[in-house]
Amino acid sequence: MAVTGAVMVLFLVGHMLGNLKIFISRDSFNDYATALRTLLEPLAPYRTLLTIVEVVLAVSVVLHIWAAISLSRRAHAARPVKYAAKKSQAGGYATHIMRYGGVTIVLFLVWHLLDLTFGVVNPKGPVSTPADRMIAGFDPSRWWMTLIYLVAVVMVGLHLRHGIWSAFQTLGWANRNRYKALRTGAALVSAVLVIGFLAPPLAITFGVVK
Amino acid sequence: MNLTLKVWRQSGPSDSGRMVKYRVEEVSPDMSFLEMLDVLNERLILEGDDPIAFDHDCREGICGMCGMVINGVAHGEQVATTTCQLHMRHFEDGATITIEPWRAAPFPVVKDLVVDRSAFDRIIQAGGFVSVPAGSAPDAHSLPVRKEDADSAFDAATCIGCGACVAACPNGSASLFTAAKITHLSLLPQGQPERLSRAKAMVDQMDAEGFGGCTNTGECTAVCPKGIPLDTIAQMNSDYLKANAK
Amino acid sequence: MKYAEGSPIQDTKAPEGPIEDRWEKRKFAAKLVNPANKRKLNVIVVGTGLAGGSAAATLGELGYNVKSFCYQDTPRRAHSIAAQGGINAAKNYRGDGDSVYRLFYDTVKGGDFRSRESNVYRLAQVSVNIIDQAVAQGVPFAREYGGLLDTRSFGGAQVSRTFYARGQTGQQLLLGAYQALERQVAAGTVEMFTRHEMLDLIIDNGRARGVIVRDMVTGEIERHVADAVVLATGGYGNVFFLSTNAKGCNTTAIWRAHERGAYFANPCYTQIHPTCIPVSGEYQSKLTLMSESLRNDGRVWVPLRKGDDRLPGDIPDDERDYYLERIYPAFGNLVPRDIASRAAKNVCDEGRGVGPGGLGVYLDFRDAIGRLGRDAVEKKYGNLFEMYERITGENPYDQPMRIYPAVHYTMGGLWVDYDLQSTIPGLFVIGEANFSDHGANRLGASALMQGLADGYFVLPTTLGDYLAAGPFGEVNEEAVAEAEAKVTSRIERLLAVNGTRTPDSFHRELGRLMWDYCGMERTEESLRKALERIPELRAEFWANVKVSGANEELNQVLEKAGRVADFFDLAELMCLDALVRSESCGGHFRAESQDADGEALRDDEHFAHVSAWEHSPEGEPVLHKEPLEYDYVKMSQRSYK
Ligand SMILES: Cc1cc2nc3c(=O)[nH]c(=O)nc-3n(C[C@H](O)[C@H](O)[C@H](O)COP(=O)(O)OP(=O)(O)OC[C@H]3O[C@@H](n4cnc5c(N)ncnc54)[C@H](O)[C@@H]3O)c2cc1C
Ligand code: HEM
Ligand code: HEM
Ligand code: SF4
Ligand code: F3S
Ligand code: FES
Repeated sequence: MAVTGAVMVLFLVGHMLGNLKIFISRDSFNDYATALRTLLEPLAPYRTLLTIVEVVLAVSVVLHIWAAISLSRRAHAARPVKYAAKKSQAGGYATHIMRYGGVTIVLFLVWHLLDLTFGVVNPKGPVSTPADRMIAGFDPSRWWMTLIYLVAVVMVGLHLRHGIWSAFQTLGWANRNRYKALRTGAALVSAVLVIGFLAPPLAITFGVVK
Repeated sequence: MNLTLKVWRQSGPSDSGRMVKYRVEEVSPDMSFLEMLDVLNERLILEGDDPIAFDHDCREGICGMCGMVINGVAHGEQVATTTCQLHMRHFEDGATITIEPWRAAPFPVVKDLVVDRSAFDRIIQAGGFVSVPAGSAPDAHSLPVRKEDADSAFDAATCIGCGACVAACPNGSASLFTAAKITHLSLLPQGQPERLSRAKAMVDQMDAEGFGGCTNTGECTAVCPKGIPLDTIAQMNSDYLKANAK
Repeated sequence: MKYAEGSPIQDTKAPEGPIEDRWEKRKFAAKLVNPANKRKLNVIVVGTGLAGGSAAATLGELGYNVKSFCYQDTPRRAHSIAAQGGINAAKNYRGDGDSVYRLFYDTVKGGDFRSRESNVYRLAQVSVNIIDQAVAQGVPFAREYGGLLDTRSFGGAQVSRTFYARGQTGQQLLLGAYQALERQVAAGTVEMFTRHEMLDLIIDNGRARGVIVRDMVTGEIERHVADAVVLATGGYGNVFFLSTNAKGCNTTAIWRAHERGAYFANPCYTQIHPTCIPVSGEYQSKLTLMSESLRNDGRVWVPLRKGDDRLPGDIPDDERDYYLERIYPAFGNLVPRDIASRAAKNVCDEGRGVGPGGLGVYLDFRDAIGRLGRDAVEKKYGNLFEMYERITGENPYDQPMRIYPAVHYTMGGLWVDYDLQSTIPGLFVIGEANFSDHGANRLGASALMQGLADGYFVLPTTLGDYLAAGPFGEVNEEAVAEAEAKVTSRIERLLAVNGTRTPDSFHRELGRLMWDYCGMERTEESLRKALERIPELRAEFWANVKVSGANEELNQVLEKAGRVADFFDLAELMCLDALVRSESCGGHFRAESQDADGEALRDDEHFAHVSAWEHSPEGEPVLHKEPLEYDYVKMSQRSYK
């Protein structure tokens, strides 16, 4: 769980940085998308690196979800009879956000791929540059799309606020002297990701980037 | 003070159980929670009813025998307090109090609020010890221990095996209990030779007993009457991963 | 109540010769069991406290087939878990002049010259190994910055020989023994029976051969036979209803063994601990000990004037009576337990007690906080202060604690010889359940030492000597059936009464009576009253107790009723023993036997003996005296003025 989570976090960081290039210019962003596909090109065929990333990512997502489902099933098996009254003492935030939040993220991911990768639900359709798809996708008239992303990205942020700290704990790298730092760090990384991801769509929707 | 209790009654493992309402009157705020139940039970006996079965022994917060979920919180809302050390002055006159047993598949209900926690013993059997036959020990001063390590080991060693951590964990995980013992012995030089095999055996046994996995929600440490710290679980994970890497 | 005097007994197992060689000699003389034979020898150990847990683990390790029993849901919950203060050992790690001999000396003297020299010397010798053993098991004793073990001084000793693990020494030692025990369970040498209560002893051919137990979950009555039986079932302080013992502590196991022929020694020796949290109301179910260490900095006082109901803070110094400092200027607040307890009782009897019912005295930290600062006091006693506040709702930083003496430990128990064997061959008794080693008064931090000495080191040797003649063959079916029938019919009888009073209400009344008539101070008159009243109450119990439910289920009322029934019989013997011993010694204070200053007056001429009582089913109990001789420590009157 921690390892697959970490892979996804690393991807997200890269992804966010890439997305931010839209602020430099459309071309810069398109170049980045192209670069993704042509990197290592003389050495390896078109899309090698991207495919590797995609495969690793896909495997991570699947394993991560599989682990999440099996943890949940074990939890249900371990508590067949529910409490009549149950009050959380630690906030209960983590349990809900990880399980329900995770499902929300998956749904979003499907939508997101259809939208910006395959362009199926994108006004510009599949045959267009990524930048076009993106700018069209978040057109002010499609504010609801921006809203979907907003909700999703915030969910990701919350997931990671617990997830990043949790991964350290799961890998046995945490201890009481590091807890404060880890929790702050996790919150910081999550916040940076949320802001970084939301900046382009919001900028587009509010017409800052055209 | 007068109270309404909603108590889980279950005559035995095969009974499906239900919540039953009781009124208790003239409760003194100086009573302990269990004394309040004693008073109710005395009345039930004389009325020819079955008194409410609950586990308890030392009544001073150290044996780990008592334990019930009070208003949705294992051992009640008073922090770092076992059920037997909880006093009625923390409740309001006229309140309704819900009382349930620890709920976890590896802790089957024996009767009413009494559950079977022998799974914990089996986790210890799997490796929660240092193998040292009586009479063969070297002089106690032959191995100095850093005070910090001794203190941290002690913090972990104070676990009373009550099971509140399992009761509170949304996943029904016994991680805090298991981690407390692993950490206690991992931090001391005496525990080193068996350190990794111990962690592996105990964690595997915990899983085999049917406890859930830990997702680091921290409910356990919040209700633990001895405040066993969460980093014991990190220590357990670390030892376990190392053991598996071998 | 009448009694007969029987022939004196002599413990002949302790070898002659210089005291320091006796245990070595005994160990060497003990027959060894061939390792191949050990598998064929079965041992039953009842009780999983420090004594029973360590014994079962060690016997399993040695290769015997062990069955271990306890009434809790896991062996780790035995009452030993509650011990706070520490464990003595003559390690002399501090170089402050401690030695095996000094520990021996202090213990004999502390026991008010009513214990056996040979036993106590062995205890002091073995104490050293206990610490090694515990440390090797990973018991996290307190350490100093240099990494070595820390010690503190305790209970009147002038050297610092008490090892401790914060305020949870008993817990940590018990968990060590528990882990060793579970290791043997995993290895298959020990079979563990939790939630099983021993209800009778099986005797065949004069030997103890097994036990009848009740499975407390199903109610099934089970028979377990073996080549030897070890009882490690703890003390019987709960005969007083209110005590610092765990709620389940009982006398049933040793009492039933007594009824089967094991002598009961010194039943009247009870230790009353001076610093407990006082009773707050009728419903009170148990008393909580506040560590004795509080007396190092707290000052004990009551108002000078009777019925002074001002708040403690409003009473000026010259209207306070710091009575311990006044009466015992040399030791002040640090006098031994029995003396501090009785002094508290005296001032309360004068009507100067504080708190509900006037049963309490102040333990005041005002001066300590003034002198050392609140932080320093908190560092030293913070957890105790917290515990006090949790229970009473009062903050001891702002107002003095209220404390009162409470029953804490029973020095009496089944009589055993140097080998820890009772008068029934094959029945061994260890830990608080036996009478050995502490005489008439136990020193602080010595019970843990004794329990572990018995279990880890003494019993495994001496039991081997007995078992070397085994296996003892099949057990006669009739003997087993008879014991089983007795247990069953008793349970049926309890269930059949269907009266109007709960077992707890009887227990409460018996306890009150014992406290009033056979408590901190006993007189011939009070004891005679008790001996009259106990049989009446017992008769009422058997005519009017109400036990709800059935045997075939988890039935806590039935468990309780059975224990209370045995407490009646024990209470009677305690009062008789207290009556016969008309001297004052240690925890037993007879008002008739005091000096001009009101201090306890021992009578060595008539009472330098162990009183071992033999049960006789119909007639009166028979008193056997075991004379005590002191070759090493000279008998003297204790004085703390
Ligand atoms: C509050 C408190 C603090 C103390 N502090 C100290 C201290 O600081 N230092 C010190 O040296 N001593 C201390 N003592 C005394 C000491 O703890 C005990 O004397 C000692 O632990 C007794 O150990 P044990 O093994 O003999 O019996 P216990 O620990 O009482 O064990 C008895 C065992 O017998 C079992 N049992 C009993 N009856 C039956 C039955 N009928 N059938 C089956 N099983 C049965 C129980 O399940 C249990 O396992 C303290 C005592 C108290 C009450
Ligand atoms: C697909 C839907 C997802 C679901 C159902 C899901 C569910 C979960 C669950 C139940 C946990 C367990 C909590 C824990 O162990 O601490 C978890 C942990 C974690 N998740 Fe997710 N998650 C999903 C997607 C993601 C994504 C997209 C990322 C990263 C970008 C991510 C990163 C993490 C991390 C880092 C952890 C902590 C791992 C650990 O502590 O071992 N998750 N997730
Ligand atoms: C609002 C913020 C986001 C924007 C603007 C955005 C934009 C894009 C774009 C334009 C692509 C297509 C890139 C290409 O085809 O080259 C893409 C791919 C992708 N995005 Fe996002 N994304 C956002 C948030 C997220 C989040 C939160 C996740 C994960 C939870 C995510 C996961 C992915 C994945 C898995 C791909 C496919 C990568 C691949 O094909 O290799 N994105 N994103
Ligand atoms: S870790 Fe805490 S809650 Fe869990 S068993 Fe130990 S003491 Fe009880
Ligand atoms: S509550 Fe459960 S999820 Fe882990 S941190 Fe504690 S075991
Ligand atoms: S009864 Fe022992 S901890 Fe509560």
